Amino acid sequence: MEKLVQTLKEEIIEALNLVEMVPEDINEEAPLFVDGLGLDSIDALELTVLLEKKYGIKIKTAEEGKKILYSVKSMADCIIAGGKAWD
Amino acid sequence: MTGYYITGYCIIRNNEASVNGKPVFSAHGKNTREFFTDLYKFLDSDYPKFHKMDNLCKLGFLSSELILKKNGVRTIFSGSDTGVILANSSSSLDTDRMHQVTIINRAAYFPSPAVFVYTLPNIVIGEICIRNKITGEGSFFIQEKLNPVFLTDYIRCLLDCEIINRCIAGWLQVDGDDCDAMMCLIEKTDKPISGFVNFEPSVIRDIYNLRI
Amino acid sequence: MAVRVFVTGIGIISSIGFNCEETEDSLKSGKTGIGTMKNLVSVHSGEIPVAEVPASNEELEDLARIRKTGYSSRTTLLGIIAAGEALRCSGLDEDIGSFRTGLISATTVGGMDRSEKFFKSYIQHKSGGRLRYIVTHDCGDSTAAIADTFGIRDHVSTISTACSSSANAILTGARLIKGGLLDRVIAGGTDALSLFTLNGFNSLMILDKKGCRPFDEDRNGLTLGEGSAFIVMESETVTARIGKKLLCEVSGYGNACDAYHQTASSPEGGGAYLSMKQALHCSGLTPDMIDYINAHGTGTKNNDLSEGRAIERLFGYLPVKFSSTKAFTGHTLGAAGAVEAVLGIMAIRNGWIYPNPGFARQMSELRITPEKKLIRNTRIRNLMSNSFGFGGNNTSLIFSEC
Repeated sequence: MEKLVQTLKEEIIEALNLVEMVPEDINEEAPLFVDGLGLDSIDALELTVLLEKKYGIKIKTAEEGKKILYSVKSMADCIIAGGKAWD
Repeated sequence: MTGYYITGYCIIRNNEASVNGKPVFSAHGKNTREFFTDLYKFLDSDYPKFHKMDNLCKLGFLSSELILKKNGVRTIFSGSDTGVILANSSSSLDTDRMHQVTIINRAAYFPSPAVFVYTLPNIVIGEICIRNKITGEGSFFIQEKLNPVFLTDYIRCLLDCEIINRCIAGWLQVDGDDCDAMMCLIEKTDKPISGFVNFEPSVIRDIYNLRI
Repeated sequence: MAVRVFVTGIGIISSIGFNCEETEDSLKSGKTGIGTMKNLVSVHSGEIPVAEVPASNEELEDLARIRKTGYSSRTTLLGIIAAGEALRCSGLDEDIGSFRTGLISATTVGGMDRSEKFFKSYIQHKSGGRLRYIVTHDCGDSTAAIADTFGIRDHVSTISTACSSSANAILTGARLIKGGLLDRVIAGGTDALSLFTLNGFNSLMILDKKGCRPFDEDRNGLTLGEGSAFIVMESETVTARIGKKLLCEVSGYGNACDAYHQTASSPEGGGAYLSMKQALHCSGLTPDMIDYINAHGTGTKNNDLSEGRAIERLFGYLPVKFSSTKAFTGHTLGAAGAVEAVLGIMAIRNGWIYPNPGFARQMSELRITPEKKLIRNTRIRNLMSNSFGFGGNNTSLIFSEC
């Protein structure tokens, strides 16, 4: 789990061009979509693409997306539950 | 007497940036992305959303930051009396190519929403307006080359009709590692100060052709 | 005093008709153009409905009355057809005449359909693909082709501001006439469907798989369409001198920036409110004088809420009638402003107020609901048409009876 969380943080920073951040800046339990990270609806879509591309997770509805993309931890939980090998 | 003046202008090309005819920054030997990042850091804009922008928007953002900074301080021109009128010849082609690559391969089909939103040239107007809270009029013209007469006539029309009192205007072109930008701040004022130049097609042409 | 600007010709081609007459028939009978992809070949066929012009490029070449080469982009062909009809309607198809005449066209995809054809071969092999298919790519190319076809030389421009593009073309054209720089402007836009747009919008998850349902509580996105429309605008000096039939007047316009997000509209509809307010100010009219609003109404959760709130804020408790015709034509992107301007002018001429197909349930956040049925034999003194583009570029036009 720890390794996955670390990898996810790095991937989020890269996918969303959060150039001025390092993984240590992201708290895995904290909500992703509040002012802190300044993420918006396009970022949510990019994370949706990331989950599908790298982990084979397909998010079908906005409601599903809100739950899965709530925090780095919820994304990690979803990936583990999804069963696809990630390393 | 009230007149229309170019109160500030900048040129960004060949990895160099100049403001009001004076070079302010250069970063030779770097590609476009690196040059833009370096210029952003030099300007100390403190705007992390910059990094999400495509190259056309970065170029527009940086140009506007250059002309809106006077004596190191950012002038705030929020509201509906500032317009943004821009033009180029290649629209958003630089980013269009990136989007095309992500949709062409059925085996690895992952279009990026963050790339797609920039496949329109006028998004750069949006970015400048979001940054500066400008809600005035904006338009983006596609022209073979800079047309100083048309630009001047059009903006004068907006100023004459009091639709706007000032305008951010210019030419913004990005294609791979070639970038060519000229941006001016045009203001209506009855108190011109030293350094202001008349807003005329010949002046626009001269500014564009400046070689520092 | 600024000169008045009148419309003397209109032309349109879209999924609901190849010309004005067919378009009016579709509007009267409630026939929409939304359906399964037939011309565009995509992995999403059958899954995502679109509003296509039911003709191949070869058939469009025939309609455009140009030499069949296969090299003209679909965007160009649609533009030539619509501009040609507008000029014929205005009596200008034989000879543009001696008045200072300009063309302002708008597009977002330009020659993308041909470029995609080229790219398909090129990606297999670097020497594959006909170069002629990519020389028409640029946005300015379709404008130049239209100008060349009809001999328009005094002024030729292209505008590309997303979904407000052709509304801005009309705004700019009217302004150039009022400012005395031109006597006449053919203004409008053209956009063909392409894989580029289809896949791009799909990645934003704003396409409704059931077809767009503007202003409906259960709406879930837009439906992409294609088409072209142009209007011929002339100064009152010209129309008085040569005794032209006037279809309506371009009495006001406004453009403002929402300054909120690259692609989403602000929840309170600030930009929409400003553009509508400015159009009213420009025209000298007050909200109670607007008899019908042809809304931007894409059917996305975001736009319809934003625009709905802006309408409520500006019009208050006035019983203003409104609807979105995108449920008929789909969202024709760069051509939308002009397509809807032409539909608006038809509404003024025929005394119609359009219904909003697909609407069933009132939005919970709004007081207002769009029209459910076509209203006939009504008088439209002044009509407002909204076109709001990505980048927060918001334009409102006002057309008046004359």
